[in-house]
Amino acid sequence: MDKSQLREAVIDIIKSIAPDEDLNGIDGEKPLREQIDLDSMDFLDIVMELRVRYKVDVPEQDYPALNTLQGTVDYLHPKMGNV
Amino acid sequence: MTLRKLKNIKSEYDVVVIGAGLGGLTAANMIARRGHSVLLLEQHTVLGGLAAYFRRKKHIFDVALHGFPVGMIKTCRKYWNSDISSRIVKLKGIRFDNPQFQLETDYSKDDFVRILTEKFGIPHSTVTDFFEHTRNMNFYDGDKRTTRELFEQFFPKRDDVWRLLMEPITYANGSTLEDPAISYGIVFSNFMSKGVYTFTGGTDLIIKMMEEELAKNSVDVRAKVLVEKVTTENGKVSGVIANGEKIKCKSVFSNANLQSTILDMIDKKDIPQSFREQTKKMRINNSSAQVYIGIKASEKLDYIGDLLFTSTAEKFSEKAMLSKSVTSRTFSVYYPSFRPGHNRHTIVSSSNADYKDWANLSDEQYKTDKEHLAEDTLDKLEKYIPGVRNKIDHLEVATPKTFERFTRHVGGSSFGTKFEGLDVATALPKHLPGLFFAGSVGIIMSGWLGAANYGVIVSNEVDKYLRSLDDQP
Repeated sequence: MDKSQLREAVIDIIKSIAPDEDLNGIDGEKPLREQIDLDSMDFLDIVMELRVRYKVDVPEQDYPALNTLQGTVDYLHPKMGNV
Repeated sequence: MTLRKLKNIKSEYDVVVIGAGLGGLTAANMIARRGHSVLLLEQHTVLGGLAAYFRRKKHIFDVALHGFPVGMIKTCRKYWNSDISSRIVKLKGIRFDNPQFQLETDYSKDDFVRILTEKFGIPHSTVTDFFEHTRNMNFYDGDKRTTRELFEQFFPKRDDVWRLLMEPITYANGSTLEDPAISYGIVFSNFMSKGVYTFTGGTDLIIKMMEEELAKNSVDVRAKVLVEKVTTENGKVSGVIANGEKIKCKSVFSNANLQSTILDMIDKKDIPQSFREQTKKMRINNSSAQVYIGIKASEKLDYIGDLLFTSTAEKFSEKAMLSKSVTSRTFSVYYPSFRPGHNRHTIVSSSNADYKDWANLSDEQYKTDKEHLAEDTLDKLEKYIPGVRNKIDHLEVATPKTFERFTRHVGGSSFGTKFEGLDVATALPKHLPGLFFAGSVGIIMSGWLGAANYGVIVSNEVDKYLRSLDDQP
């Protein structure tokens, strides 16, 4: 997966968790929580979906990397480049 | 209890879930959705744990459905289904009535800011700072302050404000001023976002809808099954012994009592003695006493509010709130619209109670004390429903002994363990790989929302564990 495909994959997961949120205008550099209504359980859901869909494990100490959309893509790229 | 043979179950499961409280139910559902085979075992005849209900004459009484935070809507939609989440509605009127103040609120943040500034004369900036502070309290910060210290910082010498802020939370999770401020802040903020919510149709309906969802996701469910032991092989979980039968599994998720899970279900040789000692030292939270009041079909009640926090004590006193002579009563009033088609009014009165006060009485004294509690509660209700004694056709009392009997919780605890229980629960899989726990611990993992979300959090760990077993050669 290249970075633009990864971005789509992550957006797809967020859509399934927060179906009422408009994700078109997301600024990749700004914290997700400032732009859409996501709580700590939603973040856990994102981590669970990443494992189920792409078999990638995000340990708890790495959660801060998922703060922004761009940060998430950059973090996942080395782990999922071959998926 | 007579042991029944477990019929029509598989010889082996990926996961056995012990206990069908809200945490066990939600975890079973989530683990099954991840593609693992699940057997859910409950010792009682019905599922739900403390999310209990019972029928008497033509009444249905809800034991624990008094109101949960708005977050329950999202939790039910994500981890159950939208049929369940769409039945959650907001309670209209939360009333406080005590010698220090009388007020009605929807328990939302906006309304509390108004009340604290206008009625209690607290500066607006102090109130917003307090809300900001509690909302930003994070479990991972390791803040060691108590709730008392938190209140002293923001509202020094204002025990009327303390009463307004503390009473509902003590009722919701059994916490006191001496517990960590974090356990107050998290629960208070959860409720304070948008008010208090309930489930239209009652406890019986939500549990039935959850059972249907579990069946859809191929979870095998068996009630009246007591798990006696968790068995091990090569230092890992290998199964359970339930109703005398051996059932193989790769992982066990316990939603039973934390102490009995560690001290009774696991063989001594399977965990370090120091961990057993840590478990024994863990403090258990207090229990509850309740009075169930059924209104005659021929009677109509005026609307007096959905949830009434009442007390006749002059001043707020925590000691008094936990004593047997407590004057505080919280009345949950259920109107016919709450359970459509059923068309009855019921009232459930709750107060905190100490197991020790009820545990060692003679049969006669126990009976007398129960009658006294019932009569005393009716006296207090008379203020809100004049002539109440002539309007009722059922009156029944539950004590900490009752909670102990039905939930098998040590000390009849209705709010699990104190804060330190969280460390014990989290450490369990490190001591015995494959064994996970989620139940009412640490105060914050309590109540409908806490229990369900905790089930999800730990089901994530179970999924991780099962996948790691698959990855091994």
